[in-house]
Amino acid sequence: MARSKPEPMQVVKQRRDATLNALVGGVPYIQFLDITFDRRGDELTGVLNFDDKLIGNPFLPAIHGGVTAAFLEVTAVISLSWSHLWPLIESGELSPEDIEAGNMPAFPKTIDFTVDYLRSGLPRDAYARAYISRAGRRYASVRVEAWQDNHDKLFAQASGHFLMPQLKTQ
Amino acid sequence: MVSLRQAQQLGLPFWRTQAHKETKPTHKVQTMTDKTKIAAQFIQAIPHAKALGLQLTHIGNGEAEITMPYNEALIGDPKTGVIHGGAVSAMMDTCAGAAVMSHPAAPGGTATIDLRIDYMRAATPGQAITTKAVCYHITRNVAFVRATATDEDTDRPVATASGAFTVEKR
Repeated sequence: MARSKPEPMQVVKQRRDATLNALVGGVPYIQFLDITFDRRGDELTGVLNFDDKLIGNPFLPAIHGGVTAAFLEVTAVISLSWSHLWPLIESGELSPEDIEAGNMPAFPKTIDFTVDYLRSGLPRDAYARAYISRAGRRYASVRVEAWQDNHDKLFAQASGHFLMPQLKTQ
Repeated sequence: MVSLRQAQQLGLPFWRTQAHKETKPTHKVQTMTDKTKIAAQFIQAIPHAKALGLQLTHIGNGEAEITMPYNEALIGDPKTGVIHGGAVSAMMDTCAGAAVMSHPAAPGGTATIDLRIDYMRAATPGQAITTKAVCYHITRNVAFVRATATDEDTDRPVATASGAFTVEKR
């Protein structure tokens, strides 16, 4: 049986990036905090682009603990949603045009979220990566790590549980 | 969070600096409005609290209450207009920190060690969210706080939080 020819790289990249942008760009709160995502294959890194309005202690100065919590939670939800939707994105069942036309897939709902603050957040960009410990049909457990200059020196980590949306195509 | 000394350095009036004896009822009314004003100024000094539009409505004796008006920029689900959990986390963290600093046994500022948030339900779109935090135990080094967030339906919590905070020396 002849194998079908793989799609050109640019087509694949364009589809993945456009879907990611549509997913992230559709949430006003993510724009409010100016969180963006770097993608390498299916791996996402959240980027919290620093701004003065993210400051919680103007005297140190340091990033607000609530901003750190929100950044970790946004990274967890987007990463979880991304991995959940990945098969649909790859098969073309979910197109960026669909999302932009208002067919935004439902996000996982946070059940609980626990943040450990390890260092104070410095007034500069921060990065976060989510690790999906378990993705069940109904519930998922996710761990998130955030760092600034050195990946080895985390300034916060979190873990949370999420209620998964039920995909119609399943 | 802002320490007492830092607040004094900035010339920020601070509710705990006023160890006053109230004699006349007219004087009492005056100090109450002063406290409200001071609390409002305190919140205004935190850039992110200002960005979220937080209003400190009550503070003192290890308790704090903060209201966050409905704001479209904080929407997490554009389909329904529900506020993002991250914004609720940020408000609860601020409120919990304020409760610690207002405790009679807290000498100065505080920082979050950990914070766990449980999400009970989506906040009703269009309604303000109010958090009440209580610092129910404090040692020389650690303060323990519980907080509840509700919208206009105060019988059904939107979220609850519990956390541990540092107790900073003066």
